[in-house]
Amino acid sequence: MKRDPRDLVRYTAGERINHWIVGISFILLGVSGLALFHPAFFPFTMLFGGPTWTRILHPFLGVLMAVFFVFMFFRFLKNNLMRRIDWQWIGRIGEMVDGSDETMPAQGKYNGGQKLLFWLLALCMLLLIPSGILLWQVYFDFSVEARRWAAVIHSAAAVVMICLIFVHVYAAIWVKGTIRSMWYGTVTRAWARQHHRNWYEEVTKS
Amino acid sequence: MASLDIQARSATTTPSPGVRDYPDVAKLIDISKCIGCKACQVACMEWNDLRDVVGENTGSYQNPPDLDAKSWTLMRFYEVEPEPNRLEWLIRKDGCMHCADPGCLAACPSPGAIVKYSNGIVDFNQEHCIGCGYCITGCPFDIPRISQTDHKAYKCSLCSDRVAVGLEPACVKTCPTGAITFGSKPDMIDYAVDRVRDLQGRGFKNAALYDPPGVGGTHVMYVLQHADRPELYGLPQDPTISPLVELWKGVAKPVAIGVMAAVGLTALFHYITRGPNAVSKEIEEDEERKAKEEQQV
Amino acid sequence: MTNHWVDIKNADVIIIMGGNAAEAHPCGFKWVTEAKQHRGATLIVVDPRFNRSAAVADVYAPIRSGSDIAFLGGVINYMLSNDKIHHEYVRNFTNAAYLVRPDFGFEDGLFTGYNADTRKYDRDTWDYQLGEDGYVQIDDSMQHPRCVLQLIKRHYSRYTPEVVSKVCGTPQEDFLKVADLIASTSTPDRVMTIMYALGWTQHTTGSQNIRSMAMIQLLLGNIGRVGGGVNALRGHSNVQGITDMNLVTNVLPGYMKLASDDEQDFQAYLDARSPKPLRPNQISYWQNFPNFWVSLSKAFYGDAANQYNNFRYDWFPKLDQPYDVLHMFERMYQGQMNGFISQGFNPLAAVPCVQKVREGLSKLKYLVVIDPLATETSEFWADMGDYNEASPSEIQTEVFRLPSTCFAEETGSYTNSGRVLQWHWKAADPPGEAKPDTDIIAGIFYTLRRLYEDEGGTFPEPVVNLSWEYGHPMEPAPEDLAKEFSGRALADVADAGDPPVILAKAGEQLSGFGQLRADGSTACGNWLYCGAWSEGGNLMARRDTSDPSGLGFYPDWGYAWPANRRVLYNRANCDMQGRPWDPTRATIHWNGSKWVGNDVPDIKATAAPAEDVGPFIMHPDGVGHLFALKSMAEGPLPEHYEPFETPLPANPMHPDNPLALNNPATRIFAYDREQLGTADKFPYVATTYRLTEHYHYWTKNVLANSILQPSQFVELGQELAAEKGIKDGDQVKVMSNRGYIRAVAVVTKRLKQLDVDGRKVHTVGIPIHWGFIGVAQKGFLANRLTPFVGDANAQTPEFKAFLVNVEKIVPTAQA
Repeated sequence: MKRDPRDLVRYTAGERINHWIVGISFILLGVSGLALFHPAFFPFTMLFGGPTWTRILHPFLGVLMAVFFVFMFFRFLKNNLMRRIDWQWIGRIGEMVDGSDETMPAQGKYNGGQKLLFWLLALCMLLLIPSGILLWQVYFDFSVEARRWAAVIHSAAAVVMICLIFVHVYAAIWVKGTIRSMWYGTVTRAWARQHHRNWYEEVTKS
Repeated sequence: MASLDIQARSATTTPSPGVRDYPDVAKLIDISKCIGCKACQVACMEWNDLRDVVGENTGSYQNPPDLDAKSWTLMRFYEVEPEPNRLEWLIRKDGCMHCADPGCLAACPSPGAIVKYSNGIVDFNQEHCIGCGYCITGCPFDIPRISQTDHKAYKCSLCSDRVAVGLEPACVKTCPTGAITFGSKPDMIDYAVDRVRDLQGRGFKNAALYDPPGVGGTHVMYVLQHADRPELYGLPQDPTISPLVELWKGVAKPVAIGVMAAVGLTALFHYITRGPNAVSKEIEEDEERKAKEEQQV
Repeated sequence: MTNHWVDIKNADVIIIMGGNAAEAHPCGFKWVTEAKQHRGATLIVVDPRFNRSAAVADVYAPIRSGSDIAFLGGVINYMLSNDKIHHEYVRNFTNAAYLVRPDFGFEDGLFTGYNADTRKYDRDTWDYQLGEDGYVQIDDSMQHPRCVLQLIKRHYSRYTPEVVSKVCGTPQEDFLKVADLIASTSTPDRVMTIMYALGWTQHTTGSQNIRSMAMIQLLLGNIGRVGGGVNALRGHSNVQGITDMNLVTNVLPGYMKLASDDEQDFQAYLDARSPKPLRPNQISYWQNFPNFWVSLSKAFYGDAANQYNNFRYDWFPKLDQPYDVLHMFERMYQGQMNGFISQGFNPLAAVPCVQKVREGLSKLKYLVVIDPLATETSEFWADMGDYNEASPSEIQTEVFRLPSTCFAEETGSYTNSGRVLQWHWKAADPPGEAKPDTDIIAGIFYTLRRLYEDEGGTFPEPVVNLSWEYGHPMEPAPEDLAKEFSGRALADVADAGDPPVILAKAGEQLSGFGQLRADGSTACGNWLYCGAWSEGGNLMARRDTSDPSGLGFYPDWGYAWPANRRVLYNRANCDMQGRPWDPTRATIHWNGSKWVGNDVPDIKATAAPAEDVGPFIMHPDGVGHLFALKSMAEGPLPEHYEPFETPLPANPMHPDNPLALNNPATRIFAYDREQLGTADKFPYVATTYRLTEHYHYWTKNVLANSILQPSQFVELGQELAAEKGIKDGDQVKVMSNRGYIRAVAVVTKRLKQLDVDGRKVHTVGIPIHWGFIGVAQKGFLANRLTPFVGDANAQTPEFKAFLVNVEKIVPTAQA
């Protein structure tokens, strides 16, 4: 449903569902993971039916997220290939952070920062999935040394990923008019023109 | 054990109740007196009501083939030739070493699932165990085992229930040759000095006590004929908690929280200093104008 | 044991040979560790296998199974050649100085008097030279060519270190190290103890294995000494008790030899067993045989036995032929036996050659098994595939299983290896219908007696007149039985003084075998145990842990036979003046008027040293027998003979005399000789043994033990395994000429390939504990492999040296 027929479709329903499955499982994973990572967060285990349930559920949530992350990865891959202009954009990210993005190089569907985030998240997942399997000792029996490495890699990658998602979420909040694109799929033309001018040109040309 | 006697507790960052002084206890296993009779294995089974499966011989005297959730101690047999043509059959009672600096406790994410009593005994509280297996990664001696039935971690408790009421561990009680002795750690070290002297007199020049400092010393110690080569007995030369585990369970925790908090706070302060990044009035008006034009067309 | 368990802690050198104390006697082994730790003792292990005793030994020497006499003969030679004997002890306390008949000889592996047809010796020449006074002639200088010491010197001069190494496969330097350590105890301040068990007895030369070591201990002056002696480690907590009660067919309780068929005259029977002293002033304690025998008969028959009917000598069985276990099963196999009562005995597993035993049991009309557990014997008829190839439809034997109690379900006494009788108390009720053995026997007795009374039969008197004076005749109380074996006065018992002093009033319990009388005034079920339950009460139940000497005698703990004596022959711990050889380890000493000290003197308390009463009071000459006279079947001096299955073509000691290949006096039945294998088909020496995790065939019924050693295995040396392409954990088949077993291979460095007489000899180790009953994995009875032949004296079966072949079982793809 379009609020305004002139609004531009940024995400299809399928993409939104995929995003939110990944998003929700990420939140659950983050919370349960932190609960097992640091005693300060251990009370979070109560959200999952207790500590043992937390231990049981976390890896299954991980599988869920991994599968849908892979779908999402391939859905969004084409739009996230890094181009020279993206690097230029990243080079001038200070201006963006300052809040004056109108002078920044015109961007396609995703700006350089978003693309970089995409690749960093993918890298985190690339580390989290195998290390998570190594640690899933109920079903897998790997050497103790491998599990030690896995524990370090898994927690480091998870922390990085959490920070990246903080940035991701904050960016969505900060840039007004963005969140609706993941709620009902559309953005205003003005939003698109300001933040993703090339994409705007592309989708309004037709 | 009374709750006051706890010195350290897994996944707990504040001190545990522990004002009472309690002497460190230790079990001393004199390998030179051990005849590998496995009576300790039976005593352990009986006291703890454990019965492992009747397995199969796999080509060794060592049965069951490995420690597991139902076998907390195990005689390991090593046929070695420390010098050419001098065969020795070293028989080591394997089980938890009760480290002063227990890696399992450091690695455990569940508060109170692993405790170190103030007498030095490291004990697992299975009702708090979540079955993650991190204790295994923390242990430099490869001791804890996760049960395949209840997915809890198990290992030798040094009969903390017996010791609490003034008894020696069941294996010590049953050992027919006195190869296993139990007492305060200083007494056991004194006793070991005598044993080492006897062994040195019998030609074992490198006989010594195995009380590895890398884990802060242990509350299960060995008298070894060849202490210069603990690997002959399947023991690590200089056991420590793995640096990976130290990193993971040590500095990584505060750093991670700091980083995450910093990112979050940065975002917050960014927002309140820079304000929202809204679409500029100019573009908005221009788009509205375009919309009107289109409507008119 | 001449000594006792705790005493091992007092030794300076401990040798374990023909046994594996750490594994088979782990609890008693604590005293070895005590001796090592607190006395700095040296532990030697000589064994075909580097076993768990060897694991804690200071010195280990490998030996080919069945060659112990060669090794020990070598030690004797080493001691004599290097003058490492205890001269004063040897001269005074052994028969070293005694002269042997001039017509005694040894040639080409045989002693004088051999009859190859009967495989028996005429032992007449194996005797002393007696003087006209009836006493043995001696030469105190021990230089006379016919004196025992010189005979021994000559006999063992052949056993040089080279020969020992050639026969035993023991590297010479290992042998010399052991010999030197043993010889180091010839000084009065050093003592050695020997711990042996079935590794010596279960050979066709079993008795002589032990005698060889007894000779060494005599030459070293180690018998009668604290920390010394010759110590048999008994396999079961009460096997010493069963031996003392003599539940065998040729001896009565207290080692009183049964009459043979040609001894119908009572007085002659007593006289033959009451030898006169062979030297002046000797005690020759067996002269009390009539006191013991008559008291036993009074315990058997009460008032029915008196001096007018020769105390019912006629009711006692007389041996017409041997009835040892091998003979019994031979007879069963021949179909000459109708019924068999198997009480606490699992012959299918414990008698050699399962196939023969099973066939024998199949020919019985009935088999009664009295046991707490189902045993292989009680299920001998069951078809268990190749674990037990029986066809039940063809077996007509009726089997009765009478469940009995386990040790914790009954009260009674145990006699341990150290001869200490210890009372124990029932701790639990038996399950189901299980009853104590005594109740079962009482039931059988009452039924039999009623049948005899009602129906008569052949020779009913010994049964219908049996004395059965127990409070509850159908359930004889252990206390009643203990009082009976300990003995009581039937009339007042007086000493021989003037006026006589009453030692025990009629009806009182006796306080020792010195009070037994041949006139029918005393009744005693076993003279050795006399006094165990005195008027002072049940001395076996004493649990006083005080040890005034600090030497571990614990005189008020239980009751040691004889006379609560803890070290036998303890007179020998003193020199000729009655001063202890080592005052720090003294049993008794002469205080100027009598023998006193930490132990009960094993000599008349007032026999002054000057009287020269020998310490070996059971012998007519009062001394220890280096030369065994006529007591052994195969010779008065141990000689090496090959096992009946040997890897060698000839006895390396006597390569040219086929009669001297194996023990010439060993009995072997025709069928069993045919069953012997030869080295061309069965090239490897096999030996069976026990593991510390199990007790015989019992603990495979126990879950904990079965977890510790779940399934059958055999041990193979690395060299043999490499030759055969066998790896650790492979399935192998081990075959003798009598049968086969399948097992997992444990490949080990601990079984060394030995170089014997120029040949490579491999040893295959076969633990015995598996069978087809129990909670452990099913396995094969190891005696499927072993030969049906025993020791020439005791008929103890050969389980320790026989020939096998080994092959790897290649797993076939399952259809």
